[in-house]
Amino acid sequence: MEVLLYTILTLCVLGVLAAVILYFVAQKFRVEEDPRIDEVEKMLPGANCGGCGFAGCRGMADALVKRDDISELFCPVGGSDCMKAVAAYLGKAAAEKQPEVATVRCGGTCEKRPRTNEFNGAKSCAVAASLYVGETGCAFGCLGFGDCVAACAFDAIHMNPQTGLPEVDPDKCTACGACVKACPKMVIELRKKWPKNRAVYVSCVSKDKGAVVMKACKAGCIGCGKCEKVCAFGAITIANNLAYIDPQKCKLCRKCVNECPTGAIKLVGMDPLPKEPKAPAAPKAAPAEKAAPAAKETPKATQAAAPVEKAAAAPAPKAAPAAKEPNHES
Amino acid sequence: MKTFPMGGVHPSENKLSSARAIEVLPLPEVVNIPLAQHIGAPAVAKVAKGDKVLTGQLIAEAGSFMSANIHSPISGTVTAVDLVPNGQGLRQMMITIKREGDDWAEGIDRSATLVKECNLSAQEIIARIKAAGIVGMGGATFPTHVKLSIPAGKKAECVIINGVECEPYLTSDHRTMLEHGEELVVGVTILMKAVGGEKAYIGIENNKPDAIAHLSKIVAAYKGIEVVPLKVRYPQGGEKQLIAAVTGRQVPPPPALPIDVGAVVCNASTTFAVYQAVQKGMPLIQRVVTITGKSLKEPKNLLTRMGTPVSTLIAAAGGLPENTGKVINGGPMMGRAMVNLDSPVTKGCSGITVMSEHDARRHEASQCIKCAKCVAACPMGLEPYYLSKMTQKKNWDEVEARMITSCIECGCCQSTCPAYLPLLDWIRLGKQTTMGRIRARAAAAAPRK
Repeated sequence: MEVLLYTILTLCVLGVLAAVILYFVAQKFRVEEDPRIDEVEKMLPGANCGGCGFAGCRGMADALVKRDDISELFCPVGGSDCMKAVAAYLGKAAAEKQPEVATVRCGGTCEKRPRTNEFNGAKSCAVAASLYVGETGCAFGCLGFGDCVAACAFDAIHMNPQTGLPEVDPDKCTACGACVKACPKMVIELRKKWPKNRAVYVSCVSKDKGAVVMKACKAGCIGCGKCEKVCAFGAITIANNLAYIDPQKCKLCRKCVNECPTGAIKLVGMDPLPKEPKAPAAPKAAPAEKAAPAAKETPKATQAAAPVEKAAAAPAPKAAPAAKEPNHES
Repeated sequence: MKTFPMGGVHPSENKLSSARAIEVLPLPEVVNIPLAQHIGAPAVAKVAKGDKVLTGQLIAEAGSFMSANIHSPISGTVTAVDLVPNGQGLRQMMITIKREGDDWAEGIDRSATLVKECNLSAQEIIARIKAAGIVGMGGATFPTHVKLSIPAGKKAECVIINGVECEPYLTSDHRTMLEHGEELVVGVTILMKAVGGEKAYIGIENNKPDAIAHLSKIVAAYKGIEVVPLKVRYPQGGEKQLIAAVTGRQVPPPPALPIDVGAVVCNASTTFAVYQAVQKGMPLIQRVVTITGKSLKEPKNLLTRMGTPVSTLIAAAGGLPENTGKVINGGPMMGRAMVNLDSPVTKGCSGITVMSEHDARRHEASQCIKCAKCVAACPMGLEPYYLSKMTQKKNWDEVEARMITSCIECGCCQSTCPAYLPLLDWIRLGKQTTMGRIRARAAAAAPRK
């Protein structure tokens, strides 16, 4: 009993002694820190994903408080709302960016893009990309080993075993850009997020010539330029045998979707435009179209005007702020 | 018997074609010549579509000092200078030539007569080697004229000829040493003159007793050249391993080079090519390629023009067997699996190995049990299991501190791993990434100076 008593007493004395020492040490070596950093950190989402360029939210909060000009800092997870709240608290002007979503720009599913060999090495896209072209004939497309899935901190991207391609869950995706960095083929792009997760994009990144693409993949962009011609907003450009739809200029009119001969232009969250009667024969009619492009295109536009307008009506009001946003940035 | 001090393995040798004399492969009808078939800057094409070229004519010029000339291996018409898939399926700039007849450029002596005397100065020899576009033919494809240009303040004490051919299956250097021994030894004297070395060693593993005996007999008549028999051990053909085995000297970690310990290493086939370039004016347009594999009907050694499709070689060896699982450009240890058999033979291609489905398949990988077999096997004294793990964790600072750039990618670690882990796959990625980071740092530091 006595031993027990002495033990407890000794420990208590030691504890008190240590507490006193620690108190004075803490006073002496106290690091002055702006209390606002803690407050700002609380406002940030706390995902520590690194999407802002800092190692974690604390680093971002520190920079937000210390820098006078925070227009270059942006939290992709919290988005504009979060940045606005932080800016209001700090009395600074925040950057404003439209919401974005990671988009996998490869349509080379198992059926469309036949396997030509089997990769037997370490199951990683980075390893496969450093060694050779990949399991298919396409040197640009998705390798399918899921480096992007491993990189995602939000469980927002998953491999679809049916297609062999990754799929993004737009509701979970925070556009932090981790998958974009992880992909050695640079297949994933952060694109403007439309309401109801609508999207129109070219689901191919192959810069090969049309004939080479056709041989490797049935869903690839062959750079024919039909979409570029049909686009009324100048949103589509062709470079290096590859079409690209500028998400800032695109109005989701969907005309290009029907025009694409390989189905490389993907439409998400919307019904395609009703096909015109002559649509099935379109590829054959191509030479005739070439002969009189102007004459053909005008009636096409008027014919399609009604459905287009209906379609355009829905996204139009939402497209308006989108059009403004670039102004904010500049 | 001499060998290198650290690590190494002894895989089954499988030298199936060592007794087969070199055969001349008939001239190909179409060749594809990659502009980048050496380390360094790609060559710059000197011909365009429609041009007529002669055999041995310069068709692409070295893009910088660290680059090599390329000559036409056949005579005919250039049909394209375009992107063509290489063995790995990646598109690469290549010159395509369609053959018409067999007309040679002037100044090339094609006779077999031995020319022993060489009265050129060191500069002239190096200039001829540079003009002939010779690169290391053991697989690393380092431009030979760069290797022979000794930097100021350094001195080459000895030339080491690499006749080790430690890679299983391959026999092209072995056959070259046997059938072109005299020329090879003259090549050694030329190399000694070029670098100003007094001494030369020809390192040969003792699984090639015929080559050791043959060359020993020839070098008896020359001063300062010695044949060094070596114990069979992979990767003895690695430059640093060979220097350690022959001279006992250790090359310090990068950026140190073999010349820092006074050695210049040259492959046996390269030495023969040097003889041909300097004495006969013959550019590097052909090489001996071993076409081998247990399932092949006739493994053999073929004197092949550069740019010949690999499929032609396979056809000459009896065709591709049905159960083929892998065709490898090179040997099974360091070679690269090919996805495109129409890709061309290049300057660094010493062999084509055909593996059956059963032999080619890797075992299912399990967990690392920290047995450290890979550490014991690494000839560079690295820790492969750790480098592989740290690469997977993207800890680039750590892999750089642990000397990942010293890795010679020999594959000893992976071949010895009882858990069948793809160690080299990861380390190669880590090495590439680290080299990229070092280059980026250097580029960022440069403008400040």
